[in-house]
Amino acid sequence: MRKRNTLPEYNIPLYDRIFPPTKITLPNGHTVLKPRSRQPLIWAILVIVIFLSIKLTGFDLGIIFARGNQLTKILGRIFNPDIFHFNFSTLPPFFDNPIQWFGAFFDVIGQTYKASYAPKAIEPLLDTIKMSIVGSALGATLALPFAVVASTNINRNGISVAILRFLLNIIRTLPTLVIAKFCALIFGLGTFAGTVAITVFTFGVISKMMYESIETIDMGAYEAMQALGANKFQSFWTGCIKQIAPTYFSYCLYSLEMNIRAAAILGFVGAGGLGLIIDERIGWRSYEDLGTILLMLFIVVLIIENTSQYLRKKLS
Amino acid sequence: MEKKMKKALPQPLTIDSMYEHRPRLWWLYTLIILLIVLIMGWSASSIEFKGLATKGIEVAKGVGWGLIHPDTDLLLGKIGEDTTIEVIDLALFELHISTEGVPYLLFQTVAIAILGTLIGGILAIPFSFLASDKIMPKWIAFIFRSVILLIRTIPSFVWALVWIRVTGPNAFCGVVTQAVCSIGMISKMYITAIEDLDTRILESLDAAGCSAFQKIRYGILPQIIPNFISTVIYRFDINLKDATTLGIVGAGGIGAPLIQCINSSRWSMVGSYLCGMILLMLIIEFFSTRIRNRLAQGSR
Repeated sequence: MRKRNTLPEYNIPLYDRIFPPTKITLPNGHTVLKPRSRQPLIWAILVIVIFLSIKLTGFDLGIIFARGNQLTKILGRIFNPDIFHFNFSTLPPFFDNPIQWFGAFFDVIGQTYKASYAPKAIEPLLDTIKMSIVGSALGATLALPFAVVASTNINRNGISVAILRFLLNIIRTLPTLVIAKFCALIFGLGTFAGTVAITVFTFGVISKMMYESIETIDMGAYEAMQALGANKFQSFWTGCIKQIAPTYFSYCLYSLEMNIRAAAILGFVGAGGLGLIIDERIGWRSYEDLGTILLMLFIVVLIIENTSQYLRKKLS
Repeated sequence: MEKKMKKALPQPLTIDSMYEHRPRLWWLYTLIILLIVLIMGWSASSIEFKGLATKGIEVAKGVGWGLIHPDTDLLLGKIGEDTTIEVIDLALFELHISTEGVPYLLFQTVAIAILGTLIGGILAIPFSFLASDKIMPKWIAFIFRSVILLIRTIPSFVWALVWIRVTGPNAFCGVVTQAVCSIGMISKMYITAIEDLDTRILESLDAAGCSAFQKIRYGILPQIIPNFISTVIYRFDINLKDATTLGIVGAGGIGAPLIQCINSSRWSMVGSYLCGMILLMLIIEFFSTRIRNRLAQGSR
């Protein structure tokens, strides 16, 4: 009888050959092999990688401690947006005439809003939202057929699946800003370039997530339809589309959430939206204006994230 | 009760009658489709196609050409006569490497992402413990959740431009930017990991007479650590992609030279930068999915 604890030579991992496992003899006479922990190896690799990274990036904590006050100064100005710079000194005393006081109070708020950067930021903000909505919708619509063709349980042709997946992977690895830069050069500066960039980015992300989830669906209905003589499209339409629809819509909403954040910085390369004025305000070092812009973006992101999270909960 | 049941159900429970009484939600679907059409119409109003830019076709051709004909000297980081050379002192030996070459820039980008993610992952640990409802009183958790939200609100580019004032335009700026930006998402995922903890194990360890340290070592850490590592690796993927573009605002890495080359239409150089980037991403993604799958299965 072959002993349990001696594996054939070729099955032993390299690490165990260099550092042989410890032998433990149990009270009943059997021996058990306990492989050495991999942790020392992992730690050694980690230390070397961190050392190299520190050398390559010129990491120096001293600079942060020496010049950290710069950061707090700027952050202090960002978190003090000029939309909140109210001038209440002109208000009449409250108890003389409360109605007049409230009138004056809202007057001050209105004037502060008009004097702040907010009215100028509304149009770029709306552009950003529109860009991400249209981009997400187009990208998600385009992604569905590609995802179906790229899933192995529907497309049995291994070579075409491999080629398609490789192309989808390449699209996904390109950073959004690089795509946006190319689009801005090809289609001219403005919102159209940003929309195309977001479409491409969403297409890459959703098609990958979709073909992964199409591969996990129950194929019973599909096979039954095929057995009845339906063609591939008919059987997919009746057998599979209802199974993947909830996941698909929840991925769409999820990518919309991400795209709002992504679209806000596309303006840095000239693709329209908030990025342009953010870049400009930082260049002018008017961080209070920047704070106003970020506050408005924050509110929009919060509203859209909460709505989409609510809808996604309903879908699942 | 029975009468109601009989009324609600179609009398003979055959396939045909069930099919006839299937739920009809056409009005709901019409409403949703109408809503989507309205939103799309409103959104599409301001996005107009103005035709290609004057040099549009040239750019598109250039990018395609560059991807097929990358500058191989640049891609392999060959040291020519007029390349700037950086000497990196690695304690054991000195590394002579061309700073314009793709390998150096890619290594720098990866280094930025590694350090940024690691620091972010470590900084997120106290944040996530302080912001979880289960451990801390509600009001402290609320305060820390708001802080995390504030950090997440500021886009990474703004963080980079703010940090540049502190560190100057170099790779170090990228590291601190990514460290701060990662805190938001990482601590959000840490919090879910902490709140999913199985506390019954702690009770059984208690019953076995374990000390507080032993309870943490054998009850909490084995549950939490694979989750945390998986989160950090996931964030590393995202950070690596971000690090390639942070260079646009001067935070080191491959972004700055890439954008410069695009602006001056040196397409073969653009091609070699893009090829290097795509290759790097594919390799890193392959390994990170493998490691994360192994962590999820629990075999190490």
